[in-house]
Amino acid sequence: MSTIEQEMVHTVEGGHHDHHELPFIRKYIFATDHKMIAKQFMFVSLFFLVIGGLLAAMMRWQLGFPNQPMPGGSILPDAMMAPTPSGAIMLPEFYNSLLTMHGTIMIFFAIMPLLVGLFGNLLIPLQIGAEDMAFPRLNMISFWLAVPAGILMLVSFAVEGGAAGAGWTSYAPLSASGEFTGVYLGQQLWLVSLTTIGFSSLVGAVNYISTVINMRAPGMTWFRMPLSTWALFITAILVLLAIPILAGALIMLLFDQTIGTGFFRPEVGGEPLLWQHLFWFFGHPEVYILILPAMGIASEVISNRARKPIFGYHSMVLALISIGFLGWIVWGHHMFMSGMNPLLGTSFMISTMAIAVPSAIKTFNWMATVWKGDLHLDSPMLYALAFVSMFIIGGLSGIFMASTPVDIYIHDTYFIVAHLHYVLFGGSLFAIFAGITFWYPKMFGRMMNERINKVHFAFTFVLYNLVFWPMHNLGLQGMMRRIYDFTQYEYLVPLQPMNRFISICVFLLVATQALYAFNFFWSMFRGEKAGNNPWDSNTLEWTVPSPPPHGNFPEIPVVYRGPYEYSSPESDTDFLPQTTPPRKPAVQQWIPEPVTPTPEGF
Amino acid sequence: MTTQAMTAGRVPMPGMKVYNLKLGMWVFLLSEVMFFTGLIGSYIILRFAHPEHFANPGEVLNVNLTAINTFLLICSSVTMVKAYAAIQQGDQQGLKKWLLFTILMGASFVGVQVYEYIQLVGEGFVPMAELYAAGEAHGELIGGPLYGATFYTMTGFHGTHVSIGVGCLCFTYWRAAKGEYTADSLGGVEIMGLYWHFVDLVWIILFTIVYLI
Repeated sequence: MSTIEQEMVHTVEGGHHDHHELPFIRKYIFATDHKMIAKQFMFVSLFFLVIGGLLAAMMRWQLGFPNQPMPGGSILPDAMMAPTPSGAIMLPEFYNSLLTMHGTIMIFFAIMPLLVGLFGNLLIPLQIGAEDMAFPRLNMISFWLAVPAGILMLVSFAVEGGAAGAGWTSYAPLSASGEFTGVYLGQQLWLVSLTTIGFSSLVGAVNYISTVINMRAPGMTWFRMPLSTWALFITAILVLLAIPILAGALIMLLFDQTIGTGFFRPEVGGEPLLWQHLFWFFGHPEVYILILPAMGIASEVISNRARKPIFGYHSMVLALISIGFLGWIVWGHHMFMSGMNPLLGTSFMISTMAIAVPSAIKTFNWMATVWKGDLHLDSPMLYALAFVSMFIIGGLSGIFMASTPVDIYIHDTYFIVAHLHYVLFGGSLFAIFAGITFWYPKMFGRMMNERINKVHFAFTFVLYNLVFWPMHNLGLQGMMRRIYDFTQYEYLVPLQPMNRFISICVFLLVATQALYAFNFFWSMFRGEKAGNNPWDSNTLEWTVPSPPPHGNFPEIPVVYRGPYEYSSPESDTDFLPQTTPPRKPAVQQWIPEPVTPTPEGF
Repeated sequence: MTTQAMTAGRVPMPGMKVYNLKLGMWVFLLSEVMFFTGLIGSYIILRFAHPEHFANPGEVLNVNLTAINTFLLICSSVTMVKAYAAIQQGDQQGLKKWLLFTILMGASFVGVQVYEYIQLVGEGFVPMAELYAAGEAHGELIGGPLYGATFYTMTGFHGTHVSIGVGCLCFTYWRAAKGEYTADSLGGVEIMGLYWHFVDLVWIILFTIVYLI
């Protein structure tokens, strides 16, 4: 047997029999345990979430108080701020960097690693009854590729010319030559950083897919898997197939910038529209990468806190699969204004609207789950319900954009900004709050403080809507997105008070997040101790101690039932863990002989 | 473990009858397919959109040399199969012999490709569109700006994959020399073979699209 394999077997068995302490560096730094990697992803991406929020706040200063000195702006270098006697005023180039980096950091370094890196790593092995991922070392590599990518992204603020400024979509030719944005090295660092984190996600996806297919415990059939694991599995497939397209496009753009090829540069014969096609062929599946895990988390929390089986489990799974599939044939709806054959535009419009069907199935199923449930309105449930309601608003405004004639009017306005934040912040981020709060006891063995979380929820929910709802109006009145100083247009000057109102709400919204941050760290040490199963949940992760030991399960569990059998007449309590054997022996069915996949030599 | 319940036939056993490494390699190769699809798709789109920036392959490329190189790579796939077949029989000497052949042919492929690149650049076929745009100042250039860029990107990434494959083959050979593979433990050889055949397959497609059509 190979040394690697011996070591792997040893680590796995270590959890079962001789549970010995790993050295510090193997336990906390170069960890191979999926739960530790999940926590690493969580801390790093929460850090980036804060950075992304601060970048947004700086942008909102410029929009709320155009061309006025920014408080504290004088500590920033002259490349970002123009010093004046009364204080430092933001430069337009820096504003471009801010909007680019806010989008990039939030999507690739906050939301995506939180949903996929944190919840994928934490939940998949625990919920399917595996002792770890299929490839623990690969998992470690995945995290340690994400860290240098994040560092590169942050460093790009400090290099000559500043950070990338062509928007998170980096449309060519704007992004292809430094002369247009004044950003040379920053844009290249952006490309290298994204390629690196893309590779990190790819490695993770290979791991998640293999784990879900091959590592399920006995009895954990496909349709007994919790919806969160289902969602993460579909997401992993999207990551696996979408990221390589992005990687190819990023590398071509990098060649355009460094060695002077002309893929996307029209002045030397290239095709800028090709970038848009490649980017959105990746980008639209990416949109579902950012929302499917959130849907899974919400399903989990809502079913549990309503103490009812999820309404239509199979239709939930099929909706996930069909969203995952339809996501591949709609990318053109980002490009209605790029000069497209109207017939082609119409077909993209129809396929886009078709996605409303599975999305609506999921939404109605959540509502039917809540209907007449034994509602426990504690903080995870509140966040999850916020997810559903905000997703409805974001989804409905999505229909506006999907229809070509309407999109022509609202394209690249604040209506788009409002829509994407309703699904990404109101949707994904609220689900992340729900998920972190819900699985916090499993991660740290203690509950988060309920009262602080409720205050945080109330303020975040109200302020969030005060920020993003008016943006629909701004967009309809013609305010374009990514604009440094909208007051230069006379017809937009009347929007100044509304913008100032939004900005003040953003500052309060960012400040409110300190409550959650405080609660997060305070509860780690002072929170109420949680037992194995504080939420009376059915799924496998709640059968093991909080936090679970190395190797997760004392012995591989056997699964007898689906994950959402709440308030079942079969049970005296209102829940029925998946490991509970049926009371009456099931009718004898013919089931093929068990085959255990035996690992062969590396 | 409650093996009783399982042997009683009431608990279905999930999972495929494939070990993790092999499944992981297949999944990884799926993403590789998408990567090359992106590159090849871009090539097709650019070539149809801008035929004026593309020369006829036969006028620029040395198709005969590359045809021989293609044959070499296909042969290396055969020797890889022979290596796998040998270890299936428990023949460690045979494994080493065929792996060595595979390594030599893979390395020769990369060598010929480097020689081809040097020749082509010498003749004035370069990826830098700027040089084409600048005109005669940079000497006689052939092929076309987009042709150069797509050609070197596609074949370059394929060459990188072959080079990585040769590196992994050397690692496999080193493990084989230590006698770590047996008829019961040959996963490493098998996934190596999967990757190698994939790289070979990509080359057959690239050769057809870039050199022949």
